[in-house]
Amino acid sequence: MTKPFLSIEGLTKRFSAKGKAEDLVVFDDVFLNIEQGEFVCIIGHSGCGKSTILNILAGLDEPTSGGVIMDGKEIAGPSLDRGVVFQNYSLLPWLSALQNVIFGVKARWPNWTKGKVEEHSRKYLEMVGLGASMHRKPAQLSGGMRQRVSIARAFATQPKLLLLDEPFGALDALTRGVIQDELIKIWSESHQTVFMITHDVDEAILLADRILLMTNGPNARVAESVKVSLPRPRERAQIIEHPGYYKIRNHLVNFLVKRSGELAGTKNSDRQHPENIDPLAESPEPVPADPPARAKSDRPLRSVS
Amino acid sequence: MSLNLRATVVSLLFLIIVLGIWETLNQPPEATEALSEYELLMGGADQEARVPPPSQVAEHAWSELSNPFYDAGPNDKGIGIQLAYSLYRVLTGYFAAALIAIPLGFVIGMSPLMYKALNPFIQILRPISPLAWMPLALFVIKDSERSAIFVIFICSIWPMLINTAFGVANVRNDWVRVAQTHELSPLRTAFTVILPAAAPTILTGMRISIGIAWLVIVAAEMLVGGTGIGYYVWNEWNNLDLNSVIFSILMIGFVGMLLDMALSGVSRLVQYEE
Repeated sequence: MTKPFLSIEGLTKRFSAKGKAEDLVVFDDVFLNIEQGEFVCIIGHSGCGKSTILNILAGLDEPTSGGVIMDGKEIAGPSLDRGVVFQNYSLLPWLSALQNVIFGVKARWPNWTKGKVEEHSRKYLEMVGLGASMHRKPAQLSGGMRQRVSIARAFATQPKLLLLDEPFGALDALTRGVIQDELIKIWSESHQTVFMITHDVDEAILLADRILLMTNGPNARVAESVKVSLPRPRERAQIIEHPGYYKIRNHLVNFLVKRSGELAGTKNSDRQHPENIDPLAESPEPVPADPPARAKSDRPLRSVS
Repeated sequence: MSLNLRATVVSLLFLIIVLGIWETLNQPPEATEALSEYELLMGGADQEARVPPPSQVAEHAWSELSNPFYDAGPNDKGIGIQLAYSLYRVLTGYFAAALIAIPLGFVIGMSPLMYKALNPFIQILRPISPLAWMPLALFVIKDSERSAIFVIFICSIWPMLINTAFGVANVRNDWVRVAQTHELSPLRTAFTVILPAAAPTILTGMRISIGIAWLVIVAAEMLVGGTGIGYYVWNEWNNLDLNSVIFSILMIGFVGMLLDMALSGVSRLVQYEE
């Protein structure tokens, strides 16, 4: 078996308590793999350590034990190979939208000429539909527009792995929908590997190839890996018509409502891997296209225009 | 009427009332009999020294301002020359202080160790009245001019140092993370993220400092003498020329206001909205 693009091995985060109190183990011995070009969402209740895992992947936090190997190398510290989009956008408020993207592009390719940097940055801002307001400061942009700038900055640096920490958590439902569509569009053009935290089950189904489900903390773990084998390109309006949609959705909701608590503190039967589940494979109805094959091919999104 | 216009009207009203009261209360009493030549020479029938009325001050101000740069020997120089001396001392001491306070503030703000190590010194040195340094400065530097500059230096360093350290230490963690995830070197992080993020706080410190420096220069020049607006005030007091004293007090206020406006203009340039 070939090595996965990214493998998280035995990751544990423990906060040592003062005095006689027991240490707080946020998550314990987490194993998971992500393939190149895969879009993976992770869902779990607050406190299960999703954000900590993402920060460890970003190199901004360190695990108590275990490690992460990406592309054959262990992750140590932050790197331009891993781009991050934070929930609160994290734009530099004294720079315009364009300058914020240029900031990232210049850091990524310090040898590029000024013109090339700007051209590249503009391209990505136009991709997220901000061509008209690229000279505005973040304070003059709406929350949705700010998050678009943040997404443009992350995609423009073309990282090997893109980490999205609840990027739409602070946005209203309508704006969220529009930006999700833009995310799908820009992602289909770039074939980037994405690891995203979300609280929104529908968002996860719309975007992800695979959804990881975490049990409640403390001692959280990734209990299940649910395959979303709905055909791409996915459209918000059509996807809910798909016969498999509610199968997946019910499975996820059922996990979050019931099993995430029941499974808390238990161990995976196979400690090293979460249980692989494909709600649609159990389905008697035929699944259009062949999504599982798609996820394994080198360039999974070539077919998407 | 717009608020600004109404405010201007009220301001002018206050000015006229205050000047009017001042003018009327300071008239010398009418002489009951014709004055002798001697009495005229000695200031009329008035036995009491009076603050000159605003009309006289204005008249004096006009003659001083119409020729601000005359130099008639060490004891008689135009107001422009005196202010220029003071400004030169203030700006020299102030920029020397900025040159040290801002980099040092950066170090203190970025390193909790340096903060803890240097904080006791700052806390002890900061409340010392800048003029208390004067004797020591005169002894060590052996030059009254440079001692005055040193006093300005020492009084303007603290607000800049403390504000820089505070601004740098409180840069939003998100922005530091942006720098980290973009693999910026510590130096580039300092210049492209922390400096612009902390600039408004640093400028606030610089604005406080220039205000204090302008307050202190007057007192310092009264001590060291020779030139400068502080010396001028004291010298005119010795000459019992209250017209000049009042005029120079107003000039001190006017220049102080200009300095503050200049700094507030700069701070608007680095201000950002979150």
